[in-house]
Amino acid sequence: MSQSQFDPYVQNGGTTVAIAGDGFAILAGDTRSVNGYNINTRFQPRVHEVGDDLVIGASGFEADALALVKRIQQRIDLYHDNHERKMSAQSCACMVRTLLYGKRFFPYYVYTTVAGIDKEGKGEIYSFDPVGSYEREWCRAGGSAANFITPFLDNQVNLHNQYVPGSHGKERKPRRLLKLEEAMKITTDAFTSAGERHIEVGDSVLVKIITKEGVETRIIPLKKD
Amino acid sequence: MSFLELTEVWGKPQKDIFFPSGSEVEESTDAPIQRTVQPIVTGSSVLALKFADGVMIAADNLASYGSLARFYDVERLTKVGDNTIVGAGGDISDYQQIQRLLEKLEIKEGNYGDGYALQPSYIHEYLSKVLYARRNKLDPYWNQLIVAGVDGENKEPYVAFADLRGTTYSAPAIATGFAMHLALPMLRKATDDDRWKTLSKESARATIDECMRVLFYRDARSLNKFSVATITPEGIEFQTDQSVSSKWAFAEKQYGYGTQTV
Repeated sequence: MSQSQFDPYVQNGGTTVAIAGDGFAILAGDTRSVNGYNINTRFQPRVHEVGDDLVIGASGFEADALALVKRIQQRIDLYHDNHERKMSAQSCACMVRTLLYGKRFFPYYVYTTVAGIDKEGKGEIYSFDPVGSYEREWCRAGGSAANFITPFLDNQVNLHNQYVPGSHGKERKPRRLLKLEEAMKITTDAFTSAGERHIEVGDSVLVKIITKEGVETRIIPLKKD
Repeated sequence: MSFLELTEVWGKPQKDIFFPSGSEVEESTDAPIQRTVQPIVTGSSVLALKFADGVMIAADNLASYGSLARFYDVERLTKVGDNTIVGAGGDISDYQQIQRLLEKLEIKEGNYGDGYALQPSYIHEYLSKVLYARRNKLDPYWNQLIVAGVDGENKEPYVAFADLRGTTYSAPAIATGFAMHLALPMLRKATDDDRWKTLSKESARATIDECMRVLFYRDARSLNKFSVATITPEGIEFQTDQSVSSKWAFAEKQYGYGTQTV
């Protein structure tokens, strides 16, 4: 006789978008939390300030996400005690990898993004898979609507398939770093259009903007349907 | 040995290596470890909402054994500390174990005598950590809990949820079980867009009663006997043995069915 086994995971939805640019990094996440077709709450922050001008985005299984964020905060506190200096985004990403891979055989079901500012003042974004593989990127969409948003970011941030007008598809548009307000427009468009088609995206977007001045929070309303 | 024979045992524990005959494991006569794989005696819905002066939480008194209405005087709301109520759906025995944990917590915190009182947000944090730790052991407490109360120095209305997987969230109105489908739309109508901030105690109670009526009509594992707790900065008003009116006449005598004559 086989017994139905307890499933320790549930998908709570949610999507994060991160864009790094000249002098800033944006990390945004929608605030809807779902369970199947039910909306649990319309305001569950998915992007978290953890001090040291670092922001963590975590979506997927929310219980794991919150446990992970809490452990990151604890590790940052320990780092302060031991080293008496701010943690860099690079160090934070390296540490997050160990936390995720430490649960390789019972993973945190979480898509994680770490955002900060590098030494040259450029936005710094690291994205992770649930078991800790990571890389630095200029932009990343994570979570349930990542499939919808990634091609949009490829085109608008990394300028894939964009050519200089009049070059007849011969000359690629040169790469450039985005300005903050350009990146905000892209982030807003990404979420409003994902919200049109994905049932797990909606309610509002919580945006964390990291600059050398610190972290600014904005809220973009989305459709509540 | 051919390649195909080798693939047969890939990924499978080799019995002769891990459990050789005469080993402790094979010889053991102990019963296997028991884990909750499904709830047995269950409670159905719990609903809670914020209103202008505080929060209101309700649950009926039924504990079902599958489709059998087994116990009909079970209190599924528990008072913890001075300004918190915990309501539970799911497995009743697991809930009773959680009640013991809460009792232990309350005694321990009370013994410090340091003037700090247990707040609803602390109790929610504690419960969610207990539930998440048990899910990590794949041995969950099979419950959906709602923690309701007035929180902190300002006695802010507080309603939060925690379940067997450690999932947590907070909202102006929360419901578990069947009420998540049947009652939550009505609760949200009363509370959404900050309407709860102007919702009177009477209107909140009317909403709860209407929800309990719909649940009694449509949820087969419900009972027209329930408790309602109202938590305000003034204290807890715990009303037991509540009920709502219901109509079971033929459709022609019911408002909303067939040609309207009533």
